[in-house]
Amino acid sequence: MDEKKSLYINGKKVLIEGEKNLLEIIRKAGVDLPTFCYHSELSIYGACRLCLVDVEGRGIMAACSTEPQEGMKIKTTTDEIRQIRKISLELLLANHAHNCPTCSKSSFCKLQEVARKHGVEEVRFKKIQKSSALDYSTYSLVRDPNKCILCGDCVRACNEIQGIGAIDFAFRGSDATVLPAFGKDLSMVECVDCGQCARVCPTAAITPKSEISEVWKAISDPTKTVIAQVAPAVRVALGEVYGYASGEDTTGQIVSALRIIGFDKVFDTAYSADLTIVEEATEFLERKTKGEKLPIFTSCCPAWVKFAEQYYPDLLPNLSSCRSPQQMFGSVAKEILSKEIKKDKKDIVIVSIMPCTAKKFEAKREEFIKEGIAEVDHVLTTQELARMIDQAGIVFKQLETESLDMPLGFKTGAGLIFGNSGGVTEAALRYLYEKVSGEKLEQFEFQEVRGNESIREATINIAGNDVKVAIVHGLANARKVADKVKKGLCDYDFIEVMSCPNGCIGGAGQPVTFDVKTKKDRTRGLYEADKKLQLHKSQENHFVTDLYRSTLEEPGSHLAHEMLHTNYSARRRVSDTEIQILNGSAKEKLEISVCVGTSCYLRGSQDLLYKMIDHIESNNLQDRVDVKATFCFEQCDRGPSVSIGGKVIEGCTLKKACDEMQNALKK
Amino acid sequence: MMTDTQTMSRSRQFSKVCEILERYSYDSTKLIPILQAVQEEYRYLPEEVLTFVATSLNLSPARVYGVATFYSHFALQAKGKYLIRVCDGTACHVKGSVSLIEVIQEKLGLDEKKRTTPDMLFTLETVSCLGACGLAPVVVINDEIHGQMTKEKTNALIDEIISMEKSYVPRNN
Ligand code: SF4
Ligand code: SF4
Ligand code: FES
Ligand code: FES
Repeated sequence: MDEKKSLYINGKKVLIEGEKNLLEIIRKAGVDLPTFCYHSELSIYGACRLCLVDVEGRGIMAACSTEPQEGMKIKTTTDEIRQIRKISLELLLANHAHNCPTCSKSSFCKLQEVARKHGVEEVRFKKIQKSSALDYSTYSLVRDPNKCILCGDCVRACNEIQGIGAIDFAFRGSDATVLPAFGKDLSMVECVDCGQCARVCPTAAITPKSEISEVWKAISDPTKTVIAQVAPAVRVALGEVYGYASGEDTTGQIVSALRIIGFDKVFDTAYSADLTIVEEATEFLERKTKGEKLPIFTSCCPAWVKFAEQYYPDLLPNLSSCRSPQQMFGSVAKEILSKEIKKDKKDIVIVSIMPCTAKKFEAKREEFIKEGIAEVDHVLTTQELARMIDQAGIVFKQLETESLDMPLGFKTGAGLIFGNSGGVTEAALRYLYEKVSGEKLEQFEFQEVRGNESIREATINIAGNDVKVAIVHGLANARKVADKVKKGLCDYDFIEVMSCPNGCIGGAGQPVTFDVKTKKDRTRGLYEADKKLQLHKSQENHFVTDLYRSTLEEPGSHLAHEMLHTNYSARRRVSDTEIQILNGSAKEKLEISVCVGTSCYLRGSQDLLYKMIDHIESNNLQDRVDVKATFCFEQCDRGPSVSIGGKVIEGCTLKKACDEMQNALKK
Repeated sequence: MMTDTQTMSRSRQFSKVCEILERYSYDSTKLIPILQAVQEEYRYLPEEVLTFVATSLNLSPARVYGVATFYSHFALQAKGKYLIRVCDGTACHVKGSVSLIEVIQEKLGLDEKKRTTPDMLFTLETVSCLGACGLAPVVVINDEIHGQMTKEKTNALIDEIISMEKSYVPRNN
């Protein structure tokens, strides 16, 4: 026998080449098995029982959770397998909501596709589940439990990719559901709106929330000027919906389509990405010179920002204070255009087209809405743009290409590669190199920061100085790196964090795909688009330079801070959580709450709470106070936090608390 | 209004939860025994306490909620002072447990959904087989087993508790 191990699939000999399960090897051999709960990026769950195969001598088993073994004889289709599969599918369909024609996932739904392919023509079972209410609570996603098939893909994505666990299985048997903690709305728990759960869901149980009708409404309102900004990652993915190869740059067609739809101007988020680089690199250099607040973390991913606010309040000073390119664009565009076309900001409607669901949440953050006017009014995902194109009756494949409008449609390749993991770092390096060395950078590609691994490091020497960078994607990985930073176990200068696997091109708003190769193609597409442009460095974007000359003065100026920067604050993860400790019987009581959230807890708040109770009891005050243990006053970096009669005491000690209690009770 | 005894117990309960966590060295693999111990303290698993336990164990609240809802042994709703459990296992069912359930529901104004009386005195649950089939039908009130029950006996049992509770005047209001 030769050294290579092999097995037999439908009688054909196939080599075992490191595949971890039968499913992979069968797919390699060109046979497609249906799956719901298998996702090559996630752990194996083996629950949907769709990927069944018959292994001679062992019977019917799930291919995704069976290890390939020498000499196995596998049949991928038998009468029995077809029978079981059909019954499984019928059972799933029986409990699934029956509104396919109006479902937003309709043509991309895996359940529909698999049922059709496997010849399910009727459903012989009755629905036993009651209908549940839809969850519209977040700006980014809609949860429709009636469409859930309990494959658990979303649960594993949130846990394994993002390290969050905002949703999980609850209850059991026929009552089992996927829910946020305590069945709360998704907006009330620690979800960061990244949408990775929606990206992997085979049905429409979790989907990006649509803003299409709001956008149509703005377009048909003659008093509004409607502006589009298109993010880098969108242009290398939208074509997938219309039969273009993934990674193919369809910017020209997108511009035509947006004009037909009725947008007054079509601009590029890559322009404001160039602007971001100038600001962020300047900020970095300043910190590096002063030796403070390092490493700097990038801040262009809103899901990461929310994550940091929830889990790493003490690292918030390290986040770059730069707004994301989306928000910089909105701020600059409204300012410039309102002067140029002499229109009130409220009549200029900025619509971003983004690969991302978290951008919807970002646009609604209160820091970005001033006097009721948002910097960015609506955010459409790539998927929603495709739907609008269809609704307008546009035949995408037949569109002529058109050019973006100027000046905010002008970008360099540095702004474009923002859509790839490592792109922000590379763009920043292209700027830093010339700025610090004073020399022209000839070879502008930094291959050492590119790649697929989810945590990458590189050290770049610029004019004798080493700049140590780290690039992470996926928040579970960001957690690993952030923990190292907190413990002082690393000496990075610059850390890029993107929540979605492989960066924005893998965003949850992108066209639905279950093929990992798609992401590689999109990544390559953006690097190629960079190559094709004339300019590759943000500092060469003369419209950015113009903006400084006409308005912002210089990078990091006071006005630049006002228009392009932001601030962050600690954020509690789960709402409404207070544990009643003492509940006095007097009519007028002093309200006391002690934070037992993670940060305060580590600073000894629990102990403080006990001592305060001792003090209250030994002074016989228990009737006159209400004491609660609560989670997070959102001042975690200054804990332990205690609130007494509405007054929050940071860095609270027993003495401070007792003094304040005495004071307040005297009144 | 809260009574003094309840007030005192609240702070004791919270320190108990901390003790329990300590006893299990904040080990998240011990979640189930931890939840059991916490439930013994509160008689159910209040949401905010579960969040506290989750955060302390470095687990997501959704995961802890998932575990707490998976096992029927855990209660997420506050239970009444008297927990009435009627067995509806095969033996008890055959001997007419359903009519006992109906009698209690009617008497206390409870139904499938509403399991606890508004005054927090009674909670009614049905369970499948308590392992006391020889005594079927069985009604258990706070761990006290009452066998070979009839509608009349059940009625009397509840009346007895009600009148006993009426004569109890809590301190402090
Ligand atoms: S959007 Fe992201 S954080 Fe929220 S539940 Fe889904 S995967 Fe988890
Ligand atoms: S929501 Fe979607 S991904 Fe999650 S278990 Fe249900 S069907 Fe699967
Ligand atoms: S894909 Fe194998 S059991 Fe679901
Ligand atoms: S943990 Fe955030 S303020 Fe206490």
